[in-house]
Amino acid sequence: MKQGVIPDDLTAPFWSAANESKLVIQNCSQCDRLQHPPAADCGLCKSGDNLEWKEMSGTGRIYNYGVVHDCPIRLLQDDQPFNVAVIMLDDDPGIQMYSHLPGTPVDDVPVGSAVEVVFEESANGQKIPEWKVVK
Amino acid sequence: MATGYAPPSMYRSQEGMGIWEHRGKVAAVGVGHSPTERRWDERPETSVGAWSIMALRNAIADAGVSPDQVDGLVIVPATTTGAFWPKDKPLPQDVINSFVQTDDPLDGIAKLSVEWLLKNMPELTNINYSVYAPVCMSNALNVAAQAVGDGLAHTVLVLKAWHNLEGRYYQGGQNAQESIAGTSAMTSLWGAPACYGTALQFAEYCRKYGKDHDMMTPFIINSRRNGLMFPEGYWAQHRPEELTAEDYQLARWIAKPANLFDNDIPIMCAASYLFTTAERAKDMKQKPVYILNHADSDAVPRGLTPTLEEVEAECALTGRKIYEGAGITVDDLSFENMYDGFTQFHQFHIEGLGYRGIELGEALDFYQTDISIEGPNPVSPSGGNIGSGRSRFWMHTDSIQQLQGRAGGRQITGVNAEIGVSGGPMPLGGNYTVWSATPD
Repeated sequence: MKQGVIPDDLTAPFWSAANESKLVIQNCSQCDRLQHPPAADCGLCKSGDNLEWKEMSGTGRIYNYGVVHDCPIRLLQDDQPFNVAVIMLDDDPGIQMYSHLPGTPVDDVPVGSAVEVVFEESANGQKIPEWKVVK
Repeated sequence: MATGYAPPSMYRSQEGMGIWEHRGKVAAVGVGHSPTERRWDERPETSVGAWSIMALRNAIADAGVSPDQVDGLVIVPATTTGAFWPKDKPLPQDVINSFVQTDDPLDGIAKLSVEWLLKNMPELTNINYSVYAPVCMSNALNVAAQAVGDGLAHTVLVLKAWHNLEGRYYQGGQNAQESIAGTSAMTSLWGAPACYGTALQFAEYCRKYGKDHDMMTPFIINSRRNGLMFPEGYWAQHRPEELTAEDYQLARWIAKPANLFDNDIPIMCAASYLFTTAERAKDMKQKPVYILNHADSDAVPRGLTPTLEEVEAECALTGRKIYEGAGITVDDLSFENMYDGFTQFHQFHIEGLGYRGIELGEALDFYQTDISIEGPNPVSPSGGNIGSGRSRFWMHTDSIQQLQGRAGGRQITGVNAEIGVSGGPMPLGGNYTVWSATPD
């Protein structure tokens, strides 16, 4: 079970969208550039004046993965070992998200495969974006 | 005297800056270390403050100068290995009472300020320049070299110290909580340990070049062997155990493909070096080791973790900056002491250097050849963090000692020690120093 999430000012729109089963990523409208994790300023123009949230298509590819056997997070330790993959979004492969790849056997990860976003509940009910391999 | 962080202008971050303006005009002379320990036993005499003082005094004595000749301090104020003093734990009053304290009761216990050092080292009567460097000794060395070169001080002590407290590291704090703040959750919810990002890059490296984890074995064995000949190091002092191929290959995974021995061991320790001008260094007790260049990598990955492509591009850029500023080529390197804690950093660093002519994807094959200190191609003669515990400074001590001819059992013998390079930690985000036995 993942830890619960307490949305803060910077990330509240992301978590609110997740509760509606939508994936949004921060975008600088001036630079036309997505960034994740969100930040107070655009990583390119360094201004926070033009930041907005943009809905994503919810599809991507598995870029890479590792298998975690010694996890520092107490709530996840009963689930070890587990996959932690890096997903690159189809909307912009420069945007990465982590995933436990629900439904994919441990250490049997099809790198390069297409994935789609799903939403899982965490310990406090907050929904979290996760990714499943498209069969 | 208010102490702030070194300004960006002190770092050599760009390619095309030409030969370093102070090439060969700054030298390292003295080396000072504290003992090592796995964790703090909470005695005053083994605190991070006490061991910092010990390292500084040892460096002064090693250089053969008097304390009043020192006019500059460059230190890293952060001392944590990942352990922080628990909020609900009473402060150790006997430790606090053993030193002259600043307004911050954790000063000298779980952090370090210039103010605290000067209060507790009254013999340093002529410090008129002090500056902080972030994170690592590698960074502080770059700052100290530039400070001496620029004439901001003429005799500088550089210091990095580490504290390690009871308990497994990174297992407390927010990692033990039921819920965490939204910003932290973006990256930490999935439970990746510290070595995960590097393990991913290594996994991609192996897929791309047809390599595997077992090919790291000679590097691991070599590093521990060299570390056991480092009397200042943790393994030599406390657990003088050689590693076998079986030990490494059967070790438990932390984040596959990184196992226990691909990670370093967090320890308590401190080290200091005395830097001065090449001119003043001539009259000091130890042979000067001249600094030919320092270089900085300040790249930031676009995504959550650097891709292999980003890592390889940045290491190549770092290599070019190192050689350009030093006015040397790869053929001039006698040895390399690039960072290794995690082990899977090392192949990226040495491929970026093109060490001994290796190209992308060739480092693990290179490890299967003679990489010992006795051979013509010494790899990590210090043994690094893997050989002596997490300090991120063994590589610098060793580089200085190699070029002074006093590396003891680790002294490289298959090649003359003339020029070496050390630095790290991250392929994206590191600081490097080129050392030479001669100023030109």
